[in-house]
Amino acid sequence: MSDIYYKSVKQVTNVLLFVEGIKDAAYNEVVHIKLDDGREVDGQVLDTKDGVAVIQSFGSTTGMDLSTTKVNFTGRTAKLKVSKDMIGRIFDGMGRVRDGGPQIYSDEEYDINGSAMNPYAREEPSEFIQTGISAIDAMNPLVRGQKLPIFSGSGLPHNKIAAQIARQAKLIGNNEKFNVVFGGIGLNSEEANFFINEFKDMGALENSIMFLNMSSESSMERLMLPRMALTAAEYLAYEHDTHVLVILTDMTNYCEALREVSAAREEVPGRRGFPGYMYTDLSTIYERAGKIKDKKGSITQIPILTMPGDDITNPIPDLTGYITEGQIVLSRDIFRRGMYPAIDVLLSLSRLKNQGIGKGKTREDHGNVTDQMFAAYAHGKDIRNLTEIVGEEALSEVDRQYLKFADLFESRFIKQDYYEDRTIDQSLDLGWELLSNISKSEMKRIKDAFIQKYGKWKE
Amino acid sequence: MDGYIYRISGPVVTVRGLPDAKMNDVVKVGELGLVGEVIKINGEDVIVQVYEDTSGLKPGEPTVDTEKQLSVMLGPGLMGGIYDGIQRPLDKIMEKSGDFISRGISVSPLDLKKKWSFKPTAKKGDKVSDFSIIGEVEETSMITDKIMVPIGMSGTIKSISEGDFTIDEPVAVISTDSGDKEVKLMQEWPVRYARPVKNKLPPDMPLITGQRVIDTLFPVAKGGTAAVPGPFGSGKTVIQQQLSKWSDSKVIVYVGCGERGNEMTEILSTFPELKDPKTGKPIMDRTILIANTSNMPVAAREASIYTGITIAEYYRDMGYDVALMADSTSRWAEALREISGRLEEMPGEEGYPAYLGKKISEFYERAGRVNTLNGSVGSITAIGAVSPPGGDLSDPVVQNTLRVTRVFWALDASLANARHFPSINWLNSYSLYIDNLSQWYKDTVDPEWGELYSNAMSVLQKEADINEIVQLVGYDALPESDKVTLDIAKMIREDLLQQNAFDEIDTYTSMHKQFLMLKGITLIGQKEVEAIERGVPTSQMSNIDAKAKMARMKLTPEDQIDAYFKDMQESINAIDKIKKEGE
Repeated sequence: MSDIYYKSVKQVTNVLLFVEGIKDAAYNEVVHIKLDDGREVDGQVLDTKDGVAVIQSFGSTTGMDLSTTKVNFTGRTAKLKVSKDMIGRIFDGMGRVRDGGPQIYSDEEYDINGSAMNPYAREEPSEFIQTGISAIDAMNPLVRGQKLPIFSGSGLPHNKIAAQIARQAKLIGNNEKFNVVFGGIGLNSEEANFFINEFKDMGALENSIMFLNMSSESSMERLMLPRMALTAAEYLAYEHDTHVLVILTDMTNYCEALREVSAAREEVPGRRGFPGYMYTDLSTIYERAGKIKDKKGSITQIPILTMPGDDITNPIPDLTGYITEGQIVLSRDIFRRGMYPAIDVLLSLSRLKNQGIGKGKTREDHGNVTDQMFAAYAHGKDIRNLTEIVGEEALSEVDRQYLKFADLFESRFIKQDYYEDRTIDQSLDLGWELLSNISKSEMKRIKDAFIQKYGKWKE
Repeated sequence: MDGYIYRISGPVVTVRGLPDAKMNDVVKVGELGLVGEVIKINGEDVIVQVYEDTSGLKPGEPTVDTEKQLSVMLGPGLMGGIYDGIQRPLDKIMEKSGDFISRGISVSPLDLKKKWSFKPTAKKGDKVSDFSIIGEVEETSMITDKIMVPIGMSGTIKSISEGDFTIDEPVAVISTDSGDKEVKLMQEWPVRYARPVKNKLPPDMPLITGQRVIDTLFPVAKGGTAAVPGPFGSGKTVIQQQLSKWSDSKVIVYVGCGERGNEMTEILSTFPELKDPKTGKPIMDRTILIANTSNMPVAAREASIYTGITIAEYYRDMGYDVALMADSTSRWAEALREISGRLEEMPGEEGYPAYLGKKISEFYERAGRVNTLNGSVGSITAIGAVSPPGGDLSDPVVQNTLRVTRVFWALDASLANARHFPSINWLNSYSLYIDNLSQWYKDTVDPEWGELYSNAMSVLQKEADINEIVQLVGYDALPESDKVTLDIAKMIREDLLQQNAFDEIDTYTSMHKQFLMLKGITLIGQKEVEAIERGVPTSQMSNIDAKAKMARMKLTPEDQIDAYFKDMQESINAIDKIKKEGE
């Protein structure tokens, strides 16, 4: 790092500085900006050419001027010092300690942007993670190394679900716990406190690394935070053979920060003002989940986002859904009827379901029962809509059974307590019990052998 | 002569000091030697799109013009390979740089040391011209490489020798007007140019995929083009993978363009174990994968579909049927948009460059069934997935794609949510090849085919109409004739169109079995209509034997299907004996 401070700032906007006279500023290089009043702000080189560098300031440019503000080019891109001592600690979006504890000292420093994992080196995720939530485990199971976001809306219980998953997640027949890396992006203090307290209560804080960026803090830091969190996660997973669960909330704040910064850079906007490269940008975060063939550790990601106006076609959930391996969607309708965790199983999907379930992984009947429940619930819901028009009297006997199934499925299968930890066997058995409300002849998606072995029909 | 970096803005780098640079030349940028391509020349400024991350590059770093255009290396050893968007082999990269892809790595796409056994099919004194086949190399258990004379080497064979050669050693010498030229097993081709052909042929043979909704209702011709648009979670990728596994083309090129890393891994781990249904050989022996996942550099994503189609053309020129899957062309279009934005070009619709439509049609135009320059007949079937934002089909990428492709498989989120897979909507999808292919179906499958097909389509259409009425008056108020139509439509949907890609038997259905299934449903339908005319209500026929058998038919193995159908026919005939209750 050089001690040279350039005093040749030629233009300042609310986020950008133009520095002249610099010959060799590197693209994406980190800079320190020193103000007259002693304040220091970090920044990053956005565009560099012979003689001029455009710098993005991470903090507010309030108080900067052309005559006294000095810029120091560090000669390096953004990095995070990593160490096992980070476990149990809380950091900010730039990786600085924010819990008042000692600094982290380490010789190991990682570029926070990471490198793309070679698809050839990846191992296909296949180990079922039991979250204890039926609507996830039985219907849309999470697998180690997967990235499975929660699509929520303002006021829905996504944070509670994330905390419940962090508390209960485990492999079957193996009580090995996950190390949690938590990234809170643009949270308000209540949300931040909720997670800190929950993690303390469940005794997970000692096994976790938390990165917090508060809603009052810089937007640029929001863009750095998930990369900091994932860099720490990669260090734990691939250098220390641990299984890491990364929870990122709220990705909507991340995307909004991206839009804000893009607008400040005067880039051509894409849909809803979000930059055209948002898909690529999000993928460099989400694609850092996974498993590597010759490594023991893994990274499982649960990003949480609130859909603006509950609209799943908004670019934030839309682009996320194209990258992640499925999604857990929460339903305001189910939540209004008081049924936590309010997961809409029909809109939800786990793309790695077939790799994670079945004989030797969960139970041989899992795939069949799930398919049947999906079909029955979808049909039951259609009938419910129909009933509103034609009345229940017009229904056939079979349709009435489906209607009853749909009601029970919501009130008994989806609904469960915040502290209720169901094993996969319990979830599947409950599924069989509910299916027995429909005639056996309707079970077209289940093999006869399973019906005989697990079925709960009264002869 | 060396140039130097003048400006860096994301993947777009401005270089000065290269006065001889030509458009689309490959350049090596910076100390690391990152691969880039010249995309614009403006006075002394040479604008380069860089295929790797540019973080840390500084103005003033050296840049070298390789004076070659972005090209692929074509020759034995391609099969079974997995490459990134600019044909760097990912397995070799892993050996060099570990689990994560580091920058500035250069690896030869093909193994330069491996010896291949070359058998000449031409002899000394033979006259040869562009792409003439002069010999063969057995590349894998399923693919025999035809060694072709590179373009611009017309003349007479001066010498040709049998034996073991590396791809870089000469196997023949040709005397041309401009002196003697060597032919090697390997040749290069710039990806942005289509390889020339003699002429295009009409599409009159279907690509048999074993997927019932496709083969029966919406077939694609060999050499045809198809678009698969659908919102996320609607099963685009599963359909693409099913086609690569089961379609009856000789060679598969699968381009994973800006998609998920784990999906490529899934292909890598499942394909080697899968056997070709006809030959029993591992299908990896006929597959080439191009994997440029979403988090890999965006400029290489732009190049990946050209890399893919150029390789496809190479095998087509040998006289093979090739199927190219591109998943997803939307990500490719987004890469175009991102680079166009960096070049500060005037944006068109949704920020996409104004030349988007032209680029898309240029790509699909490289598909087709052709007479090659050497006289053989080969084809490329191009199937492109499109990922419209929010499932909105008015998206410019979808619209430009639909304008040039002739088959449209409309994936439907509501079908996917009800777990009806493949979730191809039978009302919105279409195939413009139906007329071209009807003769083939008549000759090869059964003369009755055309009639059965039209009947099934009209039942599905009627079902949609009747369902609108049901919404108003309820099911019970329908006349029996409508109820029976709904009943038949339900059979078509559930027993024929629904297909489980993960079931051992259901995953692939031969044309013969598809015909029997379609015929079975039609026969049951006819008998039910007759029964209704006798006064038997539809409800009385909901649990008949024939229907239960029809439902199980998809799970019946191919070798038992004729016996099964015969047995089912008896159950179908038994419908005649059903009497009105109380009679």
